[in-house]
Amino acid sequence: MTHQISANVQETREMTINMGPQHPSTHGVLRLEVVLNGEVVSRVHPHIGYLHRCFEKHAEAMDDYSKVIPYTDRIDYVSAMNQEHGYVIAVEKLLQLEVPERVEYVRVILAELQRIASHLLGIGTFGLDLGAFTPFLYCFIEREKILTIFEKISGARLLYNYICVGGLMRDVPDSFKPETADFVKTFRPKIKELNDLLSYNKIFIDRTANIGILPAEVALNYAASGPMLRGSGVSWDLRKNDPYSIYDRFEFDIPVGSGEVGTVGDCWDRYMVRVREMEQSLVIIEQALEQMPDEGNVMEAVPKRIRMKEGEVYVRTETPRGELGYYIISDKSPSPFRVKVRAPSFVNLSILPAISRGALLSDLVAIVGSIDIVLGEVDR
Amino acid sequence: MLEFLENIIPSSTIALVVFALFPLVLILVYALFAIWAERKIAGFIQDRLGPMRTGGFHGWAQTIADMLKLIQKEDIIPKDASSFLFKLAPFMIFTASYAAFAVIPFSSGYIGSNINIGAFYLLAITSFLTISIIMASWASNNKWSLVGGMRTAAQMVSYEVPTIVTVLSVLIVASSMNLMTITEMQTGNDIMGFLPNWFIFQNPFLIVAFALFFISMLAESHRVPFDLPESESELVAGYQTEYSGMRWGMFMLAEYADMLLLSLLGATLFFGGWNSPFGTFMSGPVWGFGWFMLKGMLLVFVMMWIRWTLPRYRVDQLMHICWSILIPLSFVNFVLVALWEMIF
Amino acid sequence: MKQPEEIAAYLKDKIVKGVLEFVPAEIGQPWITLAPDSIKNIAKFLRDDSELRFNTLMCLSGVHYPAEQELGVTYHLHSTTFGHTVALKVRVPIDNPRVQSVESVWKTADWHEREAWDMLGIIFDGHPNMTRILCPDDWEGHPLRKDYVQQETYQGITTRF
Repeated sequence: MTHQISANVQETREMTINMGPQHPSTHGVLRLEVVLNGEVVSRVHPHIGYLHRCFEKHAEAMDDYSKVIPYTDRIDYVSAMNQEHGYVIAVEKLLQLEVPERVEYVRVILAELQRIASHLLGIGTFGLDLGAFTPFLYCFIEREKILTIFEKISGARLLYNYICVGGLMRDVPDSFKPETADFVKTFRPKIKELNDLLSYNKIFIDRTANIGILPAEVALNYAASGPMLRGSGVSWDLRKNDPYSIYDRFEFDIPVGSGEVGTVGDCWDRYMVRVREMEQSLVIIEQALEQMPDEGNVMEAVPKRIRMKEGEVYVRTETPRGELGYYIISDKSPSPFRVKVRAPSFVNLSILPAISRGALLSDLVAIVGSIDIVLGEVDR
Repeated sequence: MLEFLENIIPSSTIALVVFALFPLVLILVYALFAIWAERKIAGFIQDRLGPMRTGGFHGWAQTIADMLKLIQKEDIIPKDASSFLFKLAPFMIFTASYAAFAVIPFSSGYIGSNINIGAFYLLAITSFLTISIIMASWASNNKWSLVGGMRTAAQMVSYEVPTIVTVLSVLIVASSMNLMTITEMQTGNDIMGFLPNWFIFQNPFLIVAFALFFISMLAESHRVPFDLPESESELVAGYQTEYSGMRWGMFMLAEYADMLLLSLLGATLFFGGWNSPFGTFMSGPVWGFGWFMLKGMLLVFVMMWIRWTLPRYRVDQLMHICWSILIPLSFVNFVLVALWEMIF
Repeated sequence: MKQPEEIAAYLKDKIVKGVLEFVPAEIGQPWITLAPDSIKNIAKFLRDDSELRFNTLMCLSGVHYPAEQELGVTYHLHSTTFGHTVALKVRVPIDNPRVQSVESVWKTADWHEREAWDMLGIIFDGHPNMTRILCPDDWEGHPLRKDYVQQETYQGITTRF
């Protein structure tokens, strides 16, 4: 009996693994098809659309521009105020409507409070992705205070439907001003606490510095926006560079990534931009509270019926996640002809395959967390 | 204690079984308590209350309720899983943890098996954990489990080296592998007139050894910041992904048992085991058991404290810490401990 | 920083082919209409020209114009260098909706173009991966068309409720 020995060739193959749609750190129903070589990521294909609710089709089906507002809340459900604000500004621009001073100030304060709330969630879940459980709950304690303020003015904690075309649904209560001022005062030390606990934690820095580096040119080519772009060192904030509402009246800085602990544009920079933006939001809120007129009818400019002429606008506003664009085409009918949302998370997520090549599986989690996506916004 | 049991129980076989079951009862009671305690500690660290309802006082019966729930759960075995190994793995992992308790001197009156190679046996038997985890991860036929299993294998095999070297540093001071003898050597309060004769006070380099041992211990029992095998935000649940019900409960139990085991080993080697910190005051077999558990629990508490404070390391950083920091340090420290022993 | 009128004039001056007209708007923003088969060249020019430097594509939207039996694509560009913005439009007949892809010019167009294909059925020539993005791959029809009728069942599941 002859015994033939075949050449025993050791072969390694890449493994395709599905991360999501049910995975703890894809922040919702994102599915990443990851091709792994050992634990090193060779390719990532994001599959989105699991939360698609046809916002744009819904908007076209509404018989009034105001009826779209509740749907805008649900695009990005963790920063609903910013979504409403953006949409309402777009419609007001089409209507060429002037809004009372007091309304503008309340809107800005709410938008900035919402930005803090949203960043708190983003920071908390980012820590959670890296295994730090406690900062997440600390962030939630603070977020809770903001939600309480929102609940007092609008009756809702998540989806407010509060800002309406030309004004606000109702005036803010008298307690709004002192409570917001009180929050600003108590929140500052909490940022320091967060920095001590998480931002400058050795392990946290080890996990996020030099990971998922996004160079500035790539970021611009991919039209990244918000903390994603600023993390790469580009000083671009629509509140300053293309001021809308009354943002030109406030003094504040634009925090940018500086590569303090690693390379410019790494996960830590994106994270830190969010932390520093919260401080800047506090600065804006303080100024707004000071300048805000005490009297004024918030319903003054609200049109009884919205009569549109033909026209189109593209209005962009700065939400916590980046540039939110509403492209609205109006015809003479009461329902919008076309509403397109340029969702910041959608665009920011499209960069993921480019920046996660060669990272480890654990880094992929960190990168996804640092983009701070909201799947409601990605899928709309 | 065995003689005492034989005196009160007519059959010596039953007496032996009762004698052997003591650690099991201890582990179960401890696990119930520790899981509850972990939740409460996590709650207090995170500025919330933790379980408050079940059982009345601070939700003390929460873990019991959870256990009952786990027992009632449907036992799911994936279709393509290797059924036999899948079923075997949870029992094997628990058996390994349980078997290791045989050589732990719980008090001057109780040690399961007073063998001369106690420390060696303990380190050897805990290697079974690695095998069981790989078994569980491979048998699950799930990619997440497999990645988790591979991480575990790499992690536990690597961290066994610094653990063993630091244990060895104690063994050269004690010149014995018998854990009971090692504990007995630490009786008395002679250092500087009042400090107990615990090894950690006897040799300054053993303080370093303890620090190294504690870090390796966190990795061995895969606790944060080294909980990569089951890092829930990356690998879903690592090797436990496909397990449910009581089989999963066994993993949980083994994890807590492992924590206790390593903490008790640390207490035996560095903190005088069942010795009272006040010399002969409050000493004796029963007090000894209390002191021993207290020391173990303190270490467990520190592990929980770390768990709820720090983020998690990445797999390559974990390996880096082990091979480039802990292992060289532990070897250098081993030599220094030996030199100190020679000179003084 | 240039106004859209100036950009249109500048474009007409520099590029002969493809720039159709400048449309001033009564309300909102004006736009420049382009020919669908030259959008890629114009895009490249817009991005690289030293006086324009439109380095980002803010938004790419597909639109259905049922009255004209046409589909359209609107590009909103802005330049972080100069801070100016411009809107470009192309229109294609609905029975042959082919537009050149600008994916190679601005990477962000990748997903936007897939979305426009998914929602409105605009085909982008030269796109590396022209697949559906929000709807499932085997979905029928393009939902954002004004004459879209939802399929009754999807893989045996009733879609209406």
